[in-house]
Amino acid sequence: MIPTKPTLAKSEVKGSVRQMSVWRIRGGLSRGQYWTFAIAGLLLPVLTWWLASSTGWVDKVFLPSPKDVTVRIWTWLQNDHLLNDIWISTYRVTAGWLLSALIALPLGLLIGTYRPIQAWFEPLMDFIRYMPAVAFIPLVMIWVGIDESSKIAIIFIGTFFQMVLMMAEDVRRVPMQQIEAAQTMGANRSEILSLVVLQSAKPALLDTLRVTMGWAWTYLVVAELVAANSGLGYAILKAQRFLQTDKIFAGILLIGAIGLAMDQGFRWLHRRSFPWLYSR
Amino acid sequence: MAKTITLSRLGKIFVTKEGTTVALQNIELAVEMGQFVTLVGASGCGKSTLLRIIAGLEQQTTGQVLIAGEEINRPGVDRAVVFQHYSLYPWLTVMQNIKFSRRLFTHRNESTSADVEAASGRADALLAVMGLAHVADAYPNQLSGGMQQRVAIARALMPRPQILLMDEPFGALDAQTRDVMHDLIRYLRAIENTTIVFVTHDVEEAIYLGNRVVVLAPRPGRIDSVHPVPLTEERTQDMKLVPEFITMKRTILERIRETSGMKTDYEMLRKLTQRAAIIA
Repeated sequence: MIPTKPTLAKSEVKGSVRQMSVWRIRGGLSRGQYWTFAIAGLLLPVLTWWLASSTGWVDKVFLPSPKDVTVRIWTWLQNDHLLNDIWISTYRVTAGWLLSALIALPLGLLIGTYRPIQAWFEPLMDFIRYMPAVAFIPLVMIWVGIDESSKIAIIFIGTFFQMVLMMAEDVRRVPMQQIEAAQTMGANRSEILSLVVLQSAKPALLDTLRVTMGWAWTYLVVAELVAANSGLGYAILKAQRFLQTDKIFAGILLIGAIGLAMDQGFRWLHRRSFPWLYSR
Repeated sequence: MAKTITLSRLGKIFVTKEGTTVALQNIELAVEMGQFVTLVGASGCGKSTLLRIIAGLEQQTTGQVLIAGEEINRPGVDRAVVFQHYSLYPWLTVMQNIKFSRRLFTHRNESTSADVEAASGRADALLAVMGLAHVADAYPNQLSGGMQQRVAIARALMPRPQILLMDEPFGALDAQTRDVMHDLIRYLRAIENTTIVFVTHDVEEAIYLGNRVVVLAPRPGRIDSVHPVPLTEERTQDMKLVPEFITMKRTILERIRETSGMKTDYEMLRKLTQRAAIIA
């Protein structure tokens, strides 16, 4: 038998190239299409906001215009130590989150690896994580005082217990076959933990760090309820007292922007640190 | 010849909420050095459990496993294991995966520079034999299933194990790739003189690869029969069509069918066909 190459007439080729709908289930999207949707999704709320405020449809006291907010950010930067507020808030959030991570990482690794440690800690953590972090404020003030460490403590309480459980789950998801393969190659327990389990779980752990960083930011305003006199959360609380809705808006938007930037930073780090996940 | 693996009065009982299952009962098996033994049997006959006990990944309930005369109860570098899948380390390149067992030695500062050099030579040789030289720096997820299993085999052979234990290693591969892997594994056994215990549900594979085919029967898992393979050491694909091969395949299939307790219910199929005809 002689294999023959199938040939197609030009008209057949033309007819067979069909545009796939972007609404297929789990369908694909080109780069251009992605950005069209993404930018539309971001602009539409801003446009609505702008329309609602500039036409006088909603009172300025309730809804300042985008321009008011931009001007407010500018004067805040010029006269009201915006950079200092950003810096101190970022410091508090990062410190509380980092402290959580430093304890949650080894503890999560052990909980996800050894059943007795899981049995010991997991029900306890599950119990504590349902307690409202806000309710700890009076206690924290009594125990820790009213300086920086109290704000960091609140953010720690808000993130740590969730973080531990998520990290333990990340570690538990390491396939048993990877661990057994190492055992049959003569690895001992500490080698399996450091050279297999930790390495295998790293991408998931970094994702957990990214997600919990977001949660740490949501606890900022709560943390700055505690005898603060600076910071974005504090500025928002103070603006409320003087009905400065434009400043409230500015503060919220700034927190959102910083969070988004950090999230993108984590995603970048993920792509850089784990090339095997992105090479196919 | 020297016995490499001796199993005597080996038993394994699983205790679950539903009750106790006798996974293996009174297994007596001796494997000589350099032999290729294949284990087949209906599902639930305990063939994988038996392999895992020899690997030291699971503990027997009764009886003994002797490897070169020594009783074992944990995994060791003398017994390499190739799993069906998910055992490669996705964060390491092909070369790094293969050298993982070496890395354990360097990790413990137990190897001299001469060792490292020799190991590097062996890794290169294994890559070449496996046809992996051109993908040495690729990550496992960039490779096809067949290529991934080649990496797993090369990694297992790296520390020169006396015994290679394979648990349905080609179960997920397509038929053509599987044939290629069969010849490759026969070739490797010839040059390395490794004793191989190979679990499969594919009778043809079991005969083509083995010197002996052990048929296991389920409930309770036990050795049903042992069949020496009447083929020369040198195997070629057309041997699968010689009468001895086909006769043996028929005998073994019959044993499996008889012990599995599962039979095609022809009476029921006939009735179903009739009903379908009536409805139509």
